[in-house]
Amino acid sequence: MNTKKIAVAVVLGVIALAFLIGMNAYQRSVQIDQEEKVSQQNDRLVRPHSPIFGPKKAPVTIVEFFDPACESCRYFYPIVKDILKKYPEDVRLVLRYAPFHRGSEQVVALLIAAKSQNQYQPVLEALLDAQPQWADHGTPNIALAFKSAQQVGLDMDKAAIQAQSPETEAVIRQEMQDLTSLGVTRTPTFFVNGRSLLNFGPEQLASLVAEEVAKVKK
Amino acid sequence: MNSKTWLLLMGAWLIAMLATVGALFIGEVMMMTPCTLCWYQRIFMFPMAIVLTIACFSEDRRGAVYAWVLAAGGLAVAGYHTLLVAGWIPKSWLPCQSGISCADQKLEILSGVQIPWLSLAAFGLILILLTYFLRKTSR
Repeated sequence: MNTKKIAVAVVLGVIALAFLIGMNAYQRSVQIDQEEKVSQQNDRLVRPHSPIFGPKKAPVTIVEFFDPACESCRYFYPIVKDILKKYPEDVRLVLRYAPFHRGSEQVVALLIAAKSQNQYQPVLEALLDAQPQWADHGTPNIALAFKSAQQVGLDMDKAAIQAQSPETEAVIRQEMQDLTSLGVTRTPTFFVNGRSLLNFGPEQLASLVAEEVAKVKK
Repeated sequence: MNSKTWLLLMGAWLIAMLATVGALFIGEVMMMTPCTLCWYQRIFMFPMAIVLTIACFSEDRRGAVYAWVLAAGGLAVAGYHTLLVAGWIPKSWLPCQSGISCADQKLEILSGVQIPWLSLAAFGLILILLTYFLRKTSR
């Protein structure tokens, strides 16, 4: 090995190290920014209209901003369900809507209708199950989504009226406002008792929840 | 290859590496989606970082020839993109999809520097260094 070869190798190492350090610093600063935003407007995390899974008064709250047409949200649904099962008394899940995909807003309206018909969970699960069929990003097939909701027993005539009611519109407007002011730009975005994930992933979510549960148990 | 000429090659390589790692940082860490024109610049920049690594490591002059061609291509795209950002090219020519604008590529962490300027500077510098290097090493 001559000095030139060593120099090349050293430079490569320095660049890789600088990248990792920079990545960590950047992600941390983004996380701090977002947590600050959240702590200043805590009422924006959970709204009275938000659907809740698990015990209503659980000390640990997972807030998930989600889009019914988002594949990653579909992937996370059973993972989050497992977390709830693991802590049946301490953790609740609050779902918030982030209809970023085309046509999602109509599906969100349908979900709101399902909630007022007390059919929330079956409809949500049916929609996620059928997501690969209806949620094409370019041309979503909303009719198919509605059909899957109908199959689990949603009263579609009633739902159509509920989905277009001013109350539903107000809920969606509120969700959109909260998205903007909390700086949520991608789905799913999780907050666990107001804390956000340093980097995205199922393990990171599980360990953040475990941390918060441990705090409560103390 | 003497050390002084090798340093020219090394300089070009360093710039290509910084540009590549920077683009990866902006895309993968800061999650900015590259626009169409950015993609073409990446297509010219990323292989250059690899080709020049090998060229520096094995002191191979031919690597600089390959990289020169890539740098020239990248310079052309970056030049076009810079003109677009500067507003010299009508926006109606934009080859971009909705959502990701090629005409606004500000980098907030560098106090609003436009990415195409950085790209143009990188391709330009690499081209100058490589030209100089190739002249010095030609027989």
